[in-house]
Amino acid sequence: MDVRSAEQALDIRIPSDVQYIEGIVQQVVRRCELHAFPRRHLALNVPVALTEALSNAILRGNLDDAARSVHVHAEVDSSRLVLEVRDEGQGFDLEACTVDPTTPDHMMLEDGRGLFLMRRLMDHVERFSDGGNVVRLILLRGVA
Amino acid sequence: MSFTASKQGDITIIEIEGQLIVGNRQALKQMVLDDLEKGTRKVLVDFARTGYIDSSGLGVLVSLAKKIREMGGELRLANLSDDLQTLFELTKLDTLFQISETRERALESF
Repeated sequence: MDVRSAEQALDIRIPSDVQYIEGIVQQVVRRCELHAFPRRHLALNVPVALTEALSNAILRGNLDDAARSVHVHAEVDSSRLVLEVRDEGQGFDLEACTVDPTTPDHMMLEDGRGLFLMRRLMDHVERFSDGGNVVRLILLRGVA
Repeated sequence: MSFTASKQGDITIIEIEGQLIVGNRQALKQMVLDDLEKGTRKVLVDFARTGYIDSSGLGVLVSLAKKIREMGGELRLANLSDDLQTLFELTKLDTLFQISETRERALESF
């Protein structure tokens, strides 16, 4: 794992392996804690949304291919957290993913809640291509 | 993160310590499926020592609930923190599961 970190920014490149997820989440949460993000953000919004973005990148973007890597960039300040998760996949149309997993037709399905949770737990979610497929998540700290 | 299984009468109690996420959800699923093979039909998952759950973890709980119901049994949940309760409410899974505030109440509910 290649790690370069400043006081606020974090740059990590990991192999496509879900076992790395928890360690990255801990590092990002720690930075948010230093900037007095609300407890709910530290315990729920950031860990769950970042885990979803990372598992999507590893399992769907990179097709669980350990030879491919995922790059995580995080910037935190007193107003917001900006996360970028880049994989080596083909990308997908975020706007086309509108399935609501809370409807009776989808409630009993095992999959399909990841993107929904990212959207509900973050203030902004977008996808773009930049030398790879990137998902950007933004969470506003709000009044602490 | 780890899972601990214990028995109280005919109920299997599973404690999840740490996270229930994409990296360990399969281990939980296999643990419960193995128990079902041995004849267990009542399963209680205790989240008192659980950190957070991602969509994979929620999905495994849904899948197990479905499987256990098909076999004539019941999966129940206890000790959700406020954050986990919010997660279940966001996904409306609080309407799918019987959730108790304490382990004792959950055991009495079977």
